[in-house]
Amino acid sequence: MKSRHPQQPGTEFSVPGTVGEGLARHGVSRRAFLKFCTVMTSMLALPPSMAPAMAAAIAATRRQSVIWLSFQECTGCTEAITRSHSPTLENLIFDLISLDYHHTLQAASGEAAEHAREQAMKDNAGKYLLIVDGSIPMANPGYSTIAGISNYDMLVDSAKGAAAIVAVGTCATYGGLPKANPNPTGAVSVADIIKDKPIINIPGCPPIPVVMTGVLAHFLTFGTIPELDGLGRPKVFYGETIHDRCYRRPFYDQGKFAKTFDDEAARRGWCLFELGCKGPVTYNACATTKWNDGTSFPIQSGHGCIGCSEPNFWDAGGFYKALSMPANPLKVGAGVAAAGAAAGVVVTFLNRGKKGAAKAAHETTTLNDLEQ
Amino acid sequence: MNQRVVVDPITRIEGHLRIEAETDNDGRIIRASSAGTMVRGLEIILRGRDPRDAWAFAQRICGVCTLVHGIASVRSVESALKIELPPNAQLIRNLMIGAQYIHDHVMHFYHLHALDWVDVVSALKADPKATSALAQSISGYAKSSPGYFSDVQKKLKGFVEAGQLGIFANGYWGHPAYKLPPEANLMAVAHYLDALAWQRDVVKLHAIFGGKNPHPMFVVGGVPCAISIDPSHVGKGGAPSRGGDAGTALNMVGLQIVQNVINQMRSFTDEVYVPDTLAIAGFYKDWFAQGEGVGNFMTFGDFPAKGMSDPSSFLIPSGVILDRDLSKIHPIDFNAENEIQEFVSHAWYKYSVGKDKGLHPYKGETEFDYTGPKPPYEHLDLEKDYSWMKTPRWKGKPVEVGPLARVLMMYASGHKQTKELVEMALKKLNAPVQALYSTLGRTAARTLETKIIADAMQGWYDQLIANIKAGDLKTFNESKWDPSTWPAKAQGVGLMEAPRGGLSHWIVIENQKIANYQAIVPSTWNAGPRDPDGNQGPYEASLKGHKLHDAKQPIEILRTIHSFDPCIACAVHVTDPDGEELVQVKVS
Repeated sequence: MKSRHPQQPGTEFSVPGTVGEGLARHGVSRRAFLKFCTVMTSMLALPPSMAPAMAAAIAATRRQSVIWLSFQECTGCTEAITRSHSPTLENLIFDLISLDYHHTLQAASGEAAEHAREQAMKDNAGKYLLIVDGSIPMANPGYSTIAGISNYDMLVDSAKGAAAIVAVGTCATYGGLPKANPNPTGAVSVADIIKDKPIINIPGCPPIPVVMTGVLAHFLTFGTIPELDGLGRPKVFYGETIHDRCYRRPFYDQGKFAKTFDDEAARRGWCLFELGCKGPVTYNACATTKWNDGTSFPIQSGHGCIGCSEPNFWDAGGFYKALSMPANPLKVGAGVAAAGAAAGVVVTFLNRGKKGAAKAAHETTTLNDLEQ
Repeated sequence: MNQRVVVDPITRIEGHLRIEAETDNDGRIIRASSAGTMVRGLEIILRGRDPRDAWAFAQRICGVCTLVHGIASVRSVESALKIELPPNAQLIRNLMIGAQYIHDHVMHFYHLHALDWVDVVSALKADPKATSALAQSISGYAKSSPGYFSDVQKKLKGFVEAGQLGIFANGYWGHPAYKLPPEANLMAVAHYLDALAWQRDVVKLHAIFGGKNPHPMFVVGGVPCAISIDPSHVGKGGAPSRGGDAGTALNMVGLQIVQNVINQMRSFTDEVYVPDTLAIAGFYKDWFAQGEGVGNFMTFGDFPAKGMSDPSSFLIPSGVILDRDLSKIHPIDFNAENEIQEFVSHAWYKYSVGKDKGLHPYKGETEFDYTGPKPPYEHLDLEKDYSWMKTPRWKGKPVEVGPLARVLMMYASGHKQTKELVEMALKKLNAPVQALYSTLGRTAARTLETKIIADAMQGWYDQLIANIKAGDLKTFNESKWDPSTWPAKAQGVGLMEAPRGGLSHWIVIENQKIANYQAIVPSTWNAGPRDPDGNQGPYEASLKGHKLHDAKQPIEILRTIHSFDPCIACAVHVTDPDGEELVQVKVS
């Protein structure tokens, strides 16, 4: 006996396509789930009798409708999300979300694809999540079209009924590569166009896969967007610099630097600061989550961070140019450890100052704030 | 009555591609036109920058082919400045390029192309036991039990019954063009999911050598990852003479991950990808007789055993095959002004020499001239300009690049394993050699070359280990790293075989900065619009004569276009607002 009635929690785990049924498939028993809901009701100061109703409500939820738009992009962000190990892309699209429009993955093409987008917007008006990768060219609508529609028109139209927008990748969040000097197509970010919806920015070129899926899981689990910083980024992933959490940091503090890509210092994993590493000024989680199931990250594989999650990183002065410091620029190639150590101390100090300022700028931004 | 069928967006590809097909009374395609509908403008962005930085910009031409534009870019700088790579760096690049092929081809087959042949909804009717028997009859792959297929079917059932089809919504399910029995459909859906999990693991090879995937890191003159293993390390506290133990990802653990990935790649190719391709193709033999491109094929060559300056050591040779004549391989002169040229006769650009002349990429110019309809629009003006892609030609002829071109080139040049594999496949499918020149011939060639490259991976790995064992830890040539060592002017071309075909990046360096940068990418060779003589390129030519069963569900167009594995991100040309002469980059 199957029922979609939310007042009958006992049967929800068998209704195909609901979150409850998805949990069942993952070996979460109804009993365990009910227990979780009991804890949740107590945390929310609700009467214990609410637990079964809450369990029923969550379990019966249909998968969250997601529409993914691709504008001036390279598909690197989509490729990245397929690399997520937890949750995996399969977990997401089969159990948690209904990916109703996504050029790279969807079966339908042409009219049938556009129809799927329009249908999802209609059926889930006000509730669907809009994900965008790629920038939007403003110099001429003919610079980028889908089904004959300009990117600008498609974004504005699709944003109207969205509950929230997730901008993935540095192009959608800040304009990215198309916006690099001299910005030939007049590329802008999502937030430059859409002003009346909550927008979560997940920068990176591409973003770290688990950061993308983690933010989606947060939204699906709690129904809210995670706490954001002044640049619209989730603080939990973008709160600290790469440098702050880098495994090579002790070498930096000791003034031990690689001078080239395969010298003894490079083989021993010394700091890449003098080879141009932008870790000290880049806020992202690469050094902690790492990439591809924790296998490595650029610095661990011998290349300095290029700062790909920072706004305008393409125009920040060259990937192999050591970060300069005010007053007393660091001598690139200085071989004396003592000089390096002194430089390290200065940078550490500056970095602390910068970090403090960044923390101060990290005003809590909630969904409610954004909706006001 | 003649009709115009528009497919936009073409999905399950990289980028923004539109096909407009004119059909006759019978629904047969008389003329098809291929249009790239997005530009960004990399070339002007690259101008004036440090050539050593160019790879990171160029790499973002495409996130699917993620490493190919990075490799072509560093090779262009190395060609211009005459930098030779240390052998270890060459081997590591071969491993990274090889991994890209295998990853990309498998994902193309299962995630981009399969749904043209596999009816997901029909899989619900399959008997899991019979599916298991079918799977076991074609392969020894471990995940072939009735319980396994039954679980996949249950998952799918929940999906369909809930009425939220997600990525499968509005597919052409039930279309009579789908010929697989339910069991074969279920098997393919199971492998669609397996391949998603597999691809996530095998990209770890890129993470070891390049720090991450997508978009791993490169460096002009070698590879960034120093080798943190010294076989002569005495294990004492003092500084070892050559240093290094576990300071980077390229340590003993990292090398073991690489070996595991190679094993996983080879077993998935042998046990899943090759048998699935042959099994599915067996149900679609009519697709071995249609969808040919232009009959001309070109490769630039790749996988050097001795460095890019010695093409005789390449695994994949370079050359051109004309009119299906496998007895003659024509050499390519990359510097000859009348060989490789680009035209703009039907693209939204203008040339100072006139719209009908071709230009060699070193002298290429691009001035942006959008004359298309104002969005939103219904149709493009196909008699005038209709694409952001230019039209590349070799000695004025359209040529096809990609897996089919490479397999034919290796076959024609007598590569033993290629001959064996091609003959095995044709025999199994009971098809003549002409079957290669078709939609499914292209798809099968992609599968066969995956096997060739997967097998070659182990050799490169073994050689790398042997070098390290012998004490060779060099991975980077620093002699030309400092720009003060460069000549005032230099130019070079970075050639490679990307998974989608021959790729070339052309760079002119003046006073240590990029003066001109251009890329001619595989999908431009295949997908570009008509040339001044009205000759079509491979995409357009391949669709001619296709009969559409239902113009509202143009699955026939998707099958042939997907067989090329389009990667359009990129028909990116640039101009600046003042209409100054520009450089260009198109993307694969």
